[in-house]
Parts: sequence; structure tokens; C-alpha cells
Amino acid sequence: MLETANFADEINRAQHQSMQMDSSMLSFGLGIDDPKGIFGTTSGLAKAFGSERVFDMPTAENAMTGIGIGAAIAGSRVLMTHQRLDFFLLAMDQLVNNAAKWHYMFNGMMKVPITIRLIIGRGWGQGPTHAQNLQAWFAHVPGLKVVVPSRTENVAQQLHQAIMDDNPVLFIEHRWLHQQSCHTESIVSLEQPLEHTQIVREGKNITVVANSYMLLEALRAAEHLAELGIDCEVIDTACLHQINWSVLHSSIEKTGHLLVCDSARKEFSCGAEILANLSENCFGHFNRAPVRLGLPDYPEPTSYGLTKDFYPCAQAIACKISELLGSKKSLEAHSPLEQSGHHDVPGSWFKGPF
Amino acid sequence: MKPLSDLYQQMLRIRLVEEEIANRYSEQKMRCPTHLSIGQEAVAVGVSSALTIDDKVYSSHRAHAHYLAKGGSVNKLIAELYGKKTGCTGGRGGSMHLCDLDAGFMASTAIVANSIPLAVGHALHFQTQNTGAISVAYFGEGATEEGAFYESLNFAVLKSLPMLFVCENNRYSVYSSLDVRQPSNRSIIDLAKAIGANTIELDGNDVVAVAEAANEAKTSILQGKGPVLMECHTYRHREHCGPNYDDELGYRPKQEVEDWLKRDPLVLAEVQLPSTFSKDKIIASISSEIGQAFSLAEAAEFPSIDQNYEYLYA
Repeated sequence: MLETANFADEINRAQHQSMQMDSSMLSFGLGIDDPKGIFGTTSGLAKAFGSERVFDMPTAENAMTGIGIGAAIAGSRVLMTHQRLDFFLLAMDQLVNNAAKWHYMFNGMMKVPITIRLIIGRGWGQGPTHAQNLQAWFAHVPGLKVVVPSRTENVAQQLHQAIMDDNPVLFIEHRWLHQQSCHTESIVSLEQPLEHTQIVREGKNITVVANSYMLLEALRAAEHLAELGIDCEVIDTACLHQINWSVLHSSIEKTGHLLVCDSARKEFSCGAEILANLSENCFGHFNRAPVRLGLPDYPEPTSYGLTKDFYPCAQAIACKISELLGSKKSLEAHSPLEQSGHHDVPGSWFKGPF
Repeated sequence: MKPLSDLYQQMLRIRLVEEEIANRYSEQKMRCPTHLSIGQEAVAVGVSSALTIDDKVYSSHRAHAHYLAKGGSVNKLIAELYGKKTGCTGGRGGSMHLCDLDAGFMASTAIVANSIPLAVGHALHFQTQNTGAISVAYFGEGATEEGAFYESLNFAVLKSLPMLFVCENNRYSVYSSLDVRQPSNRSIIDLAKAIGANTIELDGNDVVAVAEAANEAKTSILQGKGPVLMECHTYRHREHCGPNYDDELGYRPKQEVEDWLKRDPLVLAEVQLPSTFSKDKIIASISSEIGQAFSLAEAAEFPSIDQNYEYLYA
């Protein structure tokens, strides 16, 4: 039997390896060394590397981010972890005015090797302030790097390289990815160069661009559509600061169709930027107008009764693709993708409250 | 302790540099917001007298005095104000983002209280690397109204970091006086004490008092007794931002302004100097240094616009 590894364990492994490799590395965050260890992603680090290097912190997101930046400027390598992205909003001054601009503003004299892990919540009533993916905010600021992992195979590689990067990196994890697994033999080595924009599934009928949990939904839809004779090319835009546009342009030239699946609000999103770029550069190659899917333009409500269709799922993606390609397939054709069980959990493994 | 004549000379140098900036500002060649330290020189000079090259300094928007007192290059400062290639950040940052790493002056930043956490982070690095140096954060009393100040002080005390907090209380945040911003019966020192810091409150216009306090603070910090906060009472002579006096606006009581001008840190130090001290000779030497800094800045090239994409990432 093949051995498997899960996403949360891979994140944990990347941190252990990085701390081992760089003795100047510090790691801190609220609850980082508590019994639950941020969903298991930080368990064992404090024991392995000592409380001087791995420590819990005051509930002071803004100054603690600045303190991380200051330590990084001074010569430490810094990793911070936030259980929820939403709390990190308290630290925008330090992130935007200092971390992002420091190397540029001081004419290359100093650098800021800091990585900030941000976890996006979803389901079990996470609601308006525990479930926001603000990847587009961060990607909008020059000087920041934004990495949004989706797959167990390369999440350790992506995190390790983010930590070892001499620039500020936001590493945005989706809570529902943590329990994903893959065969250990498919895991990419930590040192292998990153693919910023990666074709995860090759196809010739339509290009589907996604990241984070939406990539999983897109892959499910693609697998189902293949049985119906629709061949999707699925592309993972993990590194939002440096999208490899030629990968996307070539794909559009091949397929002539585009669906962008955003894991955040649809309007003014990363998906909008991708669609704009491809419209500017591949206009003549489109057979149909490109289409986007994303979250609605209101905050996520809390109630089980209000969240049913808040997140587009694999079935919605499949329907959108059929529609875009002018397929006669009805909604029922995609019923195998219908979610069984509760809509507000990724699977039976997920138990509230977080 | 450095002799008073040395401290005076440094204050005089900073004063003359800034007066020349003020004199020439209307030529409209220094095209960036500029906050002069005139009137507040004793704090910078007194604190710096206790520091070595290994001790690192962070400051705020009003940073010229801190930069120069720590040993920052005057040529690079003036060139920066002119936006030239030879400026301390090559024209990227201007007056509010100064840096001279050779002097241990890490950075000044423009957003109120924004550089305090950075200085504390530097102290955290010093502690984990066991370097035996201290980190210094200069800030105004307005910064003590920001959350970043409390958060930073709390963490520095919690970890007993090698950290010196220097609060320059000049009583005004732009045109807003202290009494509309902080309760009158509560002092900054009491706040800092309540958080657990060691504190010293003093006349920030008395350069010897500042130097003594800073030396004492540094000794205590290096003994592992935890961070120290110095509250230095002082006064800016000119407008918040720019080269002029703005007391015709009436936001500061006339009597208050007059009293503080009489307590000019240079005047207070000068009366204590030995009679053998020759001011004229020193002024001549400083003036020539300043004249040269301005000539070099004027003659220098602007940085190339082609390099605007450089250093976006390390």
C-alpha cells in the first residue's frame, strides 16, 4: 500500500526543515505552541527549537507584525502565523507601509525576509469576519509576494521557499485544504524551483483558472466533464505576485475558451485581473466571451440557512462550463457532482467550531 | 560622559544645518515635506552621546536631528532633500525616510508610531543573537496615542528586551494641543510605568540631563533590567512641517512660545560653557561643511528614472 501525507503535516514539515536550515529563524503567532498547534500545522516546533525561537505572542497583530519586520531587517528570518486572516487586518500599516516598501524605499540597502501565514476559514458559521480571502488586496501592493497553495504535493515546497525568500511573502492557506492528502511519492522536493503558474490538468476545450479551494472544485468538475466528452485544461495560479502569463496565453490559444474561478468576491478580484490580461493579450483567440465565477458581493452570513449557495462548488463550475461551450447538457447531467451531506463542511472529518 | 562643549557643538551643527535648509527651502529645489527639529536638538544629541555604532536607531517624521546626532552623513541628508542620486536613499524616501547604516541609523518612517515596533523587533534580534547592543526608538508624544506604542512597549517589557524608548513631548500634534488628545491628569510616564517599563522624565532641553539619563538608561538595559522609557519635555520652534514660524495662527499660547524660546537648548548650554570656548571658529567650520553639502547636492544628478523598477524585490 502506498503511503500518504496530508496538507497540514506537509506545512508542519516545511517549518521544521526551514528552522533546521536557518538558525536565525524565529516563528511566532497566537496559539502557535498551544495543545492544538494551529490545526496541527505548528505542533512540535517549540519543543524542537526552544521557546526563544518559537513562541506564542500578545494579541497585538499590528505591533507584532512590525516587530517581525524589525527582526527581519536586523538579520533574523521570520515566520508569523495567524489562525484567521481577518485578524491580520489590524496589521495593515506595518504590512503595507513597511514590509512591502522597505527594500525599495531604502534603495536596496535592507531586506525583509518575513513570511506571514494566513488561514482562511469557511463553513460551520465562520461568517462575516472569519472567512475572508483578501488575496486581491495583498496582490495589489507592489513589493509583496502572495502565495496561495492548493495541493498537498507542493505545499511544503511553496512554504519552504516562501520562508527562505528574502522578501515579505503572504502565504494564504484555506482551512478546508488542511485535511487533503496525497501519495508521498508524488511530493515535490523542497528545493525544486517553484512553478508560479502551473497546468495541473491538460485539456483542449476550455482553460479553467483557479487557486486555493476553488482549484479542487475545478478539478472535480473537470474529471466529471471528461466523462461527458468535455476536456478542461486546469491551471493553478498559486503565485499571484508573479503570474507566468505565457502559460495562460498559450492555453487560450489552444482552447479558445476561458473560465476564471475566484476563491474571493468576484468583482475587483484577482480573477478580474487575469481576465483583463487575457482579454488584452488573447482577444483574437477567444471563441466566446470569457466568464468568471466567484463569491457574491456581500459578506458571508453565518446561518446554515443563509450560506447554501455562497460558495460556487464543482457542480456550479460544470454548469458554467457547459453553458459557455454551448453544450445541451442540462443541470441534471451534472448531478453526480452534487454535494452529499451538509454544505457547510468539506467532509465528515470537519467538526466545528473552527 | 562627553564634555559639554562637544554636546553643544553637535547641537549647534544640527541647528545650523536646519537653519540653512529653512533659508533655502523657498527656492523650491527641496521638493519634499520637511519637518525641522529646531528647538529639539538636545534630546538627539544627549541620547546619541550614550550610544555606540553597534546601537541601532529608528525615528519618525521629524528625524534630521536624530540622524545627524547618530553620525548620519550631512552630505547624504542634503542630497536626499534635493532628491538626488547621492541622497541617503537615492531619492526614494526624502526627508521622512532617512537612513545611514554606516552610522547605525537604521531608518525614520513617516506614519506616526510606525517605526516603534521595528526598533523593538531589532531589539528582539539583539536578544536572540546575544549581541550586547541596544535598540532605540524616537517618537513624539502623539505616537503614545497609537495602539502600536502600547503593543510595542508591552512586548518589550514582557521579553525584557534591550530597548530604549525616547519620547519627545513637544506638546503639539500638528496644531492639536495635548489637552484635546490626552487626559490632563494622566502622564505618559505613569502609563509606561503601569505597563512595566523603567522610566525617566526630564527636561529635554537640558542636553547634560538628557546625556546623563541616556547613559544611566543604557547601563540599566545592558544589565538586563528591561526597557527604559525617557520622556523628554521639549518644544519645536517652527511650524509642524516646513521652514517657517507659524505662531501668527494662534494655536500655541503666546506666553508659552516665549517661555520655551527662552529655554532654547543651545542658549541653556551656552551659558555653561567655559569662557575659553570660541564659538566663531566653530561656526566658520560648520558653515563651510554645510556650504559644501549644499553645493554637492545642487551639483549632483537626479537618479535615473530607468531605475524605478529596481529594488522592488530583494
